[in-house]
Amino acid sequence: MTIAITSLIKSFDRTAVLRGIDLTVEAGELVALLGPSGSGKTTLLKIIAGLEWPDAGGLSVDGRDWLALTAQERRIGFVFQHYALFPHMKVRDNIAFGLTVGPRAARPPKPEIAARVDDLLALLQITHLADRFPSQLSGGQRQRVALGRALAIRPAVLLLDEPFGALDAAIRRDLRRWLREVHEATGSTTIFVTHDQEEAFELADRVVVMGEGRIEQIGTADQIHDHPASPFVARFMGAVAELPVALHAGRVDAAGLDASRLERRAMADGPARLFLRPDAIALEPDAASPWILHQMASNGAVIRAVLRDGTGLELPADLPRHSAPKLVKGAAYRLQPLSGAVFASGLGPAPSEAAPSSILQEKHA
Amino acid sequence: MIVQAAPIRAKRVLPGFTLSLGTTLLYLTVIILIPVLALILKGAEIGPTRFWAIVTSPRALAAFQVTLTAAVVATLFNAIYGLLMAWVLVRHDFPGKRLLDALMDIPFALPTAVAGLSLTALFSANGWIGAWLEPQGISVVYTIWGVALAMAFTSVPFVVRSVQPVLEDLDPAYEQAARTLGASEWAIFSRVVFPQILPAWLAGCTIAFARSLGEFGAIVFIAGNIPMQTEIAALLAFIRLEEFDYNGAAAIALVLLIFALVLLFISNRLQAWALRHKAV
Repeated sequence: MTIAITSLIKSFDRTAVLRGIDLTVEAGELVALLGPSGSGKTTLLKIIAGLEWPDAGGLSVDGRDWLALTAQERRIGFVFQHYALFPHMKVRDNIAFGLTVGPRAARPPKPEIAARVDDLLALLQITHLADRFPSQLSGGQRQRVALGRALAIRPAVLLLDEPFGALDAAIRRDLRRWLREVHEATGSTTIFVTHDQEEAFELADRVVVMGEGRIEQIGTADQIHDHPASPFVARFMGAVAELPVALHAGRVDAAGLDASRLERRAMADGPARLFLRPDAIALEPDAASPWILHQMASNGAVIRAVLRDGTGLELPADLPRHSAPKLVKGAAYRLQPLSGAVFASGLGPAPSEAAPSSILQEKHA
Repeated sequence: MIVQAAPIRAKRVLPGFTLSLGTTLLYLTVIILIPVLALILKGAEIGPTRFWAIVTSPRALAAFQVTLTAAVVATLFNAIYGLLMAWVLVRHDFPGKRLLDALMDIPFALPTAVAGLSLTALFSANGWIGAWLEPQGISVVYTIWGVALAMAFTSVPFVVRSVQPVLEDLDPAYEQAARTLGASEWAIFSRVVFPQILPAWLAGCTIAFARSLGEFGAIVFIAGNIPMQTEIAALLAFIRLEEFDYNGAAAIALVLLIFALVLLFISNRLQAWALRHKAV
């Protein structure tokens, strides 16, 4: 099922939550909506599900207008953040629910329902839990039941809201791999919402980065990682260090900065901002540099160094402990970024007013 | 040398556990246990033969029948109306909602005698509503309908106030989940929402019924208190007491107590059943 979303707008009271969303999700694709809280990703998911209604815009699936359909008619599988399993029903009845409530004519006969539930229990590896109540299950088990309940109606589209948000790290990793397998086994078009980059990049075919009600960038993990389309995406991807630089003939220039390993940009000369991730900075001793090593702490694998320049600007750098040069507190170092994103400055820090990037924007992919 | 350390005791958040438990138990004994025990002893001291004779006398039987019938009618009405009221107060927004919510407590706050008087005034043959009902051949005052009306009036908040908080706390995600699974609005209510408010609703109905069995003040004004027709059990016990027939009064009261206890037991079993999924 191909989902086409056009110019979707939604506000709650006077707060704009979605400010014009255009997105196409291909049949069988697994897409992540990634963004910080308040970016509108869950609202977008709920609009696709029919649990919220947009103020304007279009939503069609395989050419059919879904805004003319109720949630009941859309045949979607929705997995809620806190699962929303029916507490008074056993696991088996929870999974069977969608098969037993449809119009009488569309309801499969009882033996078929039982067989389908058994198949799902086996697929989700929870056959032994069939006769338990949700209150008797762990978080990971509830997650599987919630997915089973959503899959039971053979949904055209599977939607998951922060599917692993409430689970601990080890279970998250397990379930992630397992969700990918389930997606491949069922072949349903799947969209999930998350604020966890690692989760989004590991699981999804394509990642949609959202910020303040807009789509900031659409792409694969590598594209977004290497070429953030806006300061917002750069920051969200962990580029916490921002340096004011000058652009000359496509090269960035600043005191104590060795930009030889950065590629040239097709950008006009002038002031700009360089966004760096702490793990993409190397340090070279250089007495002429204004960057002084101010603090350092090791977690065993990585040394986190904090440098400070004459103006009080601070810059964190994460260096592998075994290969990093011997660092001396109070000494001066030259920064050698391994990668970084450059955006013309003077356009304000607001992500919604993203500066034109030097890199091809992946919007409306 | 091994030194035997003093056993470590968990610190409690609230101090004075022994004192507070003792006070609670003492109050429970003085206020609830002793009166109930006295009632049972008083009723028992006359012996089973006389006890049976008192409670099966035609007038007593008629009083029990009136009380029970009217209480059942009132509770059935409140079960439905109270649920509806709670639903409207939780799920809908309309002007005057807060006022309506506050009005719901009036039966609790109003002296029952005042309630009885106003109901009588309204429903008597020349009252606002009675004047309209009477020509249709429906008389409320001085009939068992009057008894049921007074009971319903005084006990409806129990159902509303039991169901309301549970309905408020119900996560909307349950209903949304059911909706995405294709459930009709009726299926969402009957299979997802209602089972979850069932225990609170049962509890509310039980208390409403128990309250109806014991209601006195509001009923005596509207019922007319005609022996064998609209005389309720609580009033009969009162009359016996005024005649200095303590044993007779205690015997009738004891039967009311047994009704209430049986009901409480049934209701607890039903609630335990409705909450079976909470058991871990």
